[in-house]
Amino acid sequence: MTPADLLFSALQSLRSNTMRSVLTALGIIIGVGAVITIVAIGAGAQANIEKVIEQIGSNMLTISPGQARDGGAQQGAASRPTLTAEDADALKTVPGVSAVAPEVRGPVQVILGNQNWRTNVVGITEDFFTVRNWKLNKGRNFEDWEIDAGEKIVILGSTVAEKVFPGSDPINQIIRIDRVPFTVIGVTAAKGQSSFGQNQDDIIFVPLKTAQQRILGGRLIKPDSVQQIAVLARTAKEVDVVERDLAELLRDRHAIVPGRADDFQIRNTSEIFQARAGATEVMTLLLTAIASVSLLVGGIGIMNIMLVSVTERTREIGVRMAIGASRTDVMMQFLIEALALSMIGGIIGIILGMICSQLTAHFAGWPLRIEMTSILLAVGFSAAVGIFFGYYPARKAARLDPIEALRYA
Amino acid sequence: MGTNVVNALAGVSVRIEPGEFVAVMGPSGSGKTTFMNLLGCLDRPSAGKYLFEGHEVSAYDHTELARLRNQKIGFVFQNFNLLPRITALDNVALPLAYGKFARGERRQRAEVALREVGLGDRMDHRPVQLSGGQQQRVAIARAIVGSPSLILADEPTGALDTKTGVEIMGILQSLNDRGITIVLVTHEPDIAEHASRVLSFRDGRMIRDEKGVGRRAGAPPASQPHLVAVAGH
Repeated sequence: MTPADLLFSALQSLRSNTMRSVLTALGIIIGVGAVITIVAIGAGAQANIEKVIEQIGSNMLTISPGQARDGGAQQGAASRPTLTAEDADALKTVPGVSAVAPEVRGPVQVILGNQNWRTNVVGITEDFFTVRNWKLNKGRNFEDWEIDAGEKIVILGSTVAEKVFPGSDPINQIIRIDRVPFTVIGVTAAKGQSSFGQNQDDIIFVPLKTAQQRILGGRLIKPDSVQQIAVLARTAKEVDVVERDLAELLRDRHAIVPGRADDFQIRNTSEIFQARAGATEVMTLLLTAIASVSLLVGGIGIMNIMLVSVTERTREIGVRMAIGASRTDVMMQFLIEALALSMIGGIIGIILGMICSQLTAHFAGWPLRIEMTSILLAVGFSAAVGIFFGYYPARKAARLDPIEALRYA
Repeated sequence: MGTNVVNALAGVSVRIEPGEFVAVMGPSGSGKTTFMNLLGCLDRPSAGKYLFEGHEVSAYDHTELARLRNQKIGFVFQNFNLLPRITALDNVALPLAYGKFARGERRQRAEVALREVGLGDRMDHRPVQLSGGQQQRVAIARAIVGSPSLILADEPTGALDTKTGVEIMGILQSLNDRGITIVLVTHEPDIAEHASRVLSFRDGRMIRDEKGVGRRAGAPPASQPHLVAVAGH
């Protein structure tokens, strides 16, 4: 029998028991579909995280005050205001650092006439926009002297600009922040939601010193402290070295003796997202493993049905042997049948999986990533399942004694 | 289960010449079925020898036996044993598929064989759409499609009415006239009448070998002996 004959007769046999074939293939369909979907979702989530990392830059470090551990009790970051603007200035001297951006944050009330908007203010230096990857849409950035002088000028986030100045140009307008009048000098370009789902544009920026002394000072923070310092390394490769040097310098400046814990925390931003990416990967792997179990169960279903089929067709096998089918011929016939069953299931499963991934990608707003490897893997896996679970029934058929088989009622 | 060996057949020594028409008779359990299975290369003797056209087939492995059955032997069964889901034509062509014939040639040869048994107009019918006699004709076409030298018929008329049975025997006779050796198992003396030689079995032994009996007595045996069956003691 040629391969074409075998395939033709296998399909014919499967078609003569359509319902049974469909139900048997269902296990493989669900298994393959689930694996494809899960792998695609995992890859999509991964791509999404990579996109976020790319957005924030992988060569950024953030330094927060407060130590992780204090006499066994866990203290929140920023529990002690130990970082100052002078620290930030000193960090600029560390080799490999391209920019340093200290900042303070707090809630404020913005007032213009009868407009009233509650938002967050960030006190920044001129490097902030570079380090945090913000763009200005209108107006200009702060200048060095304005920051040193604690000028009463403000740059608005796009949401605040839209709310307080609907349809009009805010540049050079005066707004009041907690009763203090400020001149608007710029508006940032929209940045959208953060990866945690917050609106990043509902914000205003003022010079660091202004924020420390006029807005937040004495109320929320000590006048000279900063809540966070963002440091941009020149290249992503230098991040590790820069991180170590920053820590060393800060320990030195804060006079921390060896053996005592740091009173600050340095975090590599991309590390946070890489950890999330890692978690996603583990989750994907776990779910894939669970879905694979369904493939296994589908394979057992195939074996079961093939055994039934061999028993039902005992007489046919006897006839085929009498007219000249060798054991190999009979073996191949049933093996191809099992293979056809699992491959058809696999192909339908791939189509189903692609539809499901498309839908998921659509609703989650992720980039769609169906990798060729996962499709090839699914095809290979269903073929392997067919051969593995089809082998035993096929061998059973091939080993039948033609005399017994012909006598089978 | 112990070491009791039951010899289904013992001390049988037979030589069948090409072109003979042999009837095998005997009650059930007489060993005639085992004899037929040995002749048809479906079974191998546990002792003794079986020479087919001068070749010792007792030593053949499964694959060689399958090839021999495919090329040299045609089977006709009491209950036809056609594959129910495929057409008459496909049933007839099936042995050729195992004989590695090309698709076109299979079809062509199967058509010839079906016409030979008078079913040229029923080729695309499936077995259930055919009468018993027609099904047996399809089975005969399947048996002859590979141009075998031996046809084994196991009660070929057992499931048919008398008239149809006579028709089937007529077909077998015409095949025998063409030189194909025919060995036939039957209970019915009427059917055995068609043969030129009758072998009678009882209790695993051949008790009679009557040559020159029946209507076919005058048929001359071909010159070259080609079939020898010798079962062990």
